[in-house]
Amino acid sequence: MKKIDRTKLTLGIAAPVLAIVAALVITSVIILATGKDPLHAYTVMVDFGSKSDSQVWIINKAVPYYLSALAVAIGFRMNLFNIGVDGQYRIAAFFAAVVGGALTLPGFLQIPLIIIVAMLVGSVWAGIAGILKTTRGVSEVITTIMLNSIAAAVIGYFLQEGRLAVKDGNLFHTPNLPASSHFFTIPTQPDPLDGFLVVAAIAGVAYWFVLGRTRFGFDLRTVGQSESAAQAGGVSVKRMVVTSMLLSGAAAGLIGMPTLLGVSYNYGTDFPVGIGFTGIAIALLGRNHPLGMAAGALLWGFLERTGTQLEFEDYEQEIVGVMQGVIVLCVVIAYEVVRRYGQRLQQRKVGEELAAQARKTDKAEVSA
Amino acid sequence: MHALVGENGAGKSTLMKILYGMQKPDEGTITIDGEQVSFASPADAIARGIGMVHQHFMLADNLTVLENIVLGAEKLHGIGAAARAAVVEVSDRYGLNVRPDVLVEDLGVADRQRVEILKVLYRGARTLILDEPTAVLVPQEVDALFDNLRELKAEGLTVLFISHKLGEVLSVADDITVIRRGTTVASVAPGETTPKQLAELMVGSELPSPETRESTVTDTPMLTVDALHLSATDPDGVVRAVLDGIGFTIHKGEVLGIAGVEGNGQAELVEAIMGMRDPDGGTITLDGADISHAPTRKRREDGIGYVPEDRHRHGLLLQAPLWENRILGHVTEKPNSRGRLLDLKAARTDTERIVAEYDVRTPGIEVTAASLSGGNQQKLIVGREMSHHPKLLIAAHPTRGVDVGAQAQIWDQIREARREGLAVLLISADLDELIGLSDTLRVMYRGRLVADADPATVTPEELGSAMTGAASGHLEHVEDGTETGGGAAE
Repeated sequence: MKKIDRTKLTLGIAAPVLAIVAALVITSVIILATGKDPLHAYTVMVDFGSKSDSQVWIINKAVPYYLSALAVAIGFRMNLFNIGVDGQYRIAAFFAAVVGGALTLPGFLQIPLIIIVAMLVGSVWAGIAGILKTTRGVSEVITTIMLNSIAAAVIGYFLQEGRLAVKDGNLFHTPNLPASSHFFTIPTQPDPLDGFLVVAAIAGVAYWFVLGRTRFGFDLRTVGQSESAAQAGGVSVKRMVVTSMLLSGAAAGLIGMPTLLGVSYNYGTDFPVGIGFTGIAIALLGRNHPLGMAAGALLWGFLERTGTQLEFEDYEQEIVGVMQGVIVLCVVIAYEVVRRYGQRLQQRKVGEELAAQARKTDKAEVSA
Repeated sequence: MHALVGENGAGKSTLMKILYGMQKPDEGTITIDGEQVSFASPADAIARGIGMVHQHFMLADNLTVLENIVLGAEKLHGIGAAARAAVVEVSDRYGLNVRPDVLVEDLGVADRQRVEILKVLYRGARTLILDEPTAVLVPQEVDALFDNLRELKAEGLTVLFISHKLGEVLSVADDITVIRRGTTVASVAPGETTPKQLAELMVGSELPSPETRESTVTDTPMLTVDALHLSATDPDGVVRAVLDGIGFTIHKGEVLGIAGVEGNGQAELVEAIMGMRDPDGGTITLDGADISHAPTRKRREDGIGYVPEDRHRHGLLLQAPLWENRILGHVTEKPNSRGRLLDLKAARTDTERIVAEYDVRTPGIEVTAASLSGGNQQKLIVGREMSHHPKLLIAAHPTRGVDVGAQAQIWDQIREARREGLAVLLISADLDELIGLSDTLRVMYRGRLVADADPATVTPEELGSAMTGAASGHLEHVEDGTETGGGAAE
């Protein structure tokens, strides 16, 4: 038993190490191919990334990334590919901004209200895909990606003067939230940390707890591993699909909140887009594990932060995008390779131990 | 023709994988035609003239027979007229009677198997490996298969086949190798041994038998199925009845066996009773409560245990550790959960208990279900289902692909529980098992229960003819060996 545990640990460490080494090698080759010095690039990145203002920036950036990864991971654990997190968080943030901008309540009411609206809108948007899948058999990949476009169109329609938006220079945005809706910050030097970090941490713990420790989570994972076994085991697969899409959408609803409640205080044409897709990469990177995804989100923030600095040092600006892609590929491949190796190892071990047991009983029979 | 027999987990499958290049040996050599070879992949093995017919057919249902055969071997004769001519030629040479233009989905099990055999012959195989080829066939089909194999032998081919059915092995093989726990324990000639001796070599101990001695049937009905009707849409969009007018009662302490060629509605019947399919007519009553449309989880909580036909699809999470598999299907019950929360500690402890009590051979409960052998996986499933003290056990092919040792244990457990008042619905392709374990026998054909028989007197051959629709009504055993339908024989 102990032996297997030790192998498990070694394999657990082997996968990320293998991925990092492979990613570094490949990126180095690519940088070399552009005629630049890879080692210098890494030095620049580490130096710049470890500055305290960079650290704050990275953490604040990682918060929505992490939430997005969680939303995607809920689907992944269920074997559902929710590509629509992007549309879900945008439409959620938009309507949350509209509601928040229209009301002036005390903060302890207004902030939860805005967040709840966002989560509800997010789940409704994701739920459409869930219901279409269970009633009509339409793949969630298709519906969620189309719902992204529809979400963009709906926002585009309402985000005009005279509808739900006000004009501000060249930009349109929803009316500003009252000061009572500003989320708290954690005072750090030189810039404050976004208080939503706490919410992200709570969401991560909740994700871990619900999936790993509750009956519901077990059912969800069962469906993800084998729909037929889940059905035979008494899980209503259809209901589970809808429920997990609703949950995924609710988590997606949180993604826009750090920006809305902490930075922009409105939803405008310049509201960040694409975080939903980043979330897919980070969920893959973090293997759907709450801590893995946190590391992934921070790594992503680090690469984005230090990438800008690489440009000043005369590296191609696309190099960061290349690195991100290479890392995700390396991680996915490395984990799969290690997983297969581990499984073979385990099968052999089971065989060996059984053979050893058998030899022992044979001897006992002989001596008896 | 060489037969390989041995318990599950004895290493037969591993040996086959090595011979077919799917796995590499640590040491030792393989010699073909006096030449030492080593295979890196199945392609190497095929190039050396080795062909494998898997237990689970590897055919694409929506392609024709010809397309299936040519698929992956397009380089040999292309995909056009030349390929067709070659297929027909091979089929005729070995008397396989394969029709090249039929869709595979329209073929029965025996025909599919012939397609598989033709597929490897088409690729130039001189050595055929068949993995439990008779497991899915009725006796008449087995005879036909053996005729085909003899034909192959006469043409100078080598056939290596794995089987659990020792009677068959003795009747058809020229040489028999018995392996146990990864090593050869005996090489025997069929003339010099009996099924009993062979089985004892396999297990290394006494031969188990499925026979049930005293009757424990009571008058209390446990499961009553009445006029059950289920329609399904087949791939062509035609709605047809897969279950029609099914009615039977299983009492406490009774084992009801259902015989039938696979695909005649047995799987659908099980799924209707389990709540995985919603019947469109009729009622299912469990212990006095109508459960015709109750959800699966409710039925499980109410005391239905389920040993599924396809354990990989319906009974296990292969990539999950054993203790998670112990929770599967019983997540709402103790000791797996308390309220809405899982009780991981209790579940782990109970898994240890099952592993010990049901003799699941594993180094621990953290290994994945996939790393256990088939027999041990099945023991885990039986242990799990029995641990919740079911009122009704649905056992679909409970000992399929399970070694003789585990088979005996599973039979014992069913008998044991039956003594304590368990009602069992037994579905099996192994007619000896059905006859040996059941108190009552019914035969299913095309979605209907067409015949019944007394397990004390009926023979496998008699059951076999009812399974193919040749006889119906009450099967009376006649001493001269021919059977008659008590009702209307066709």
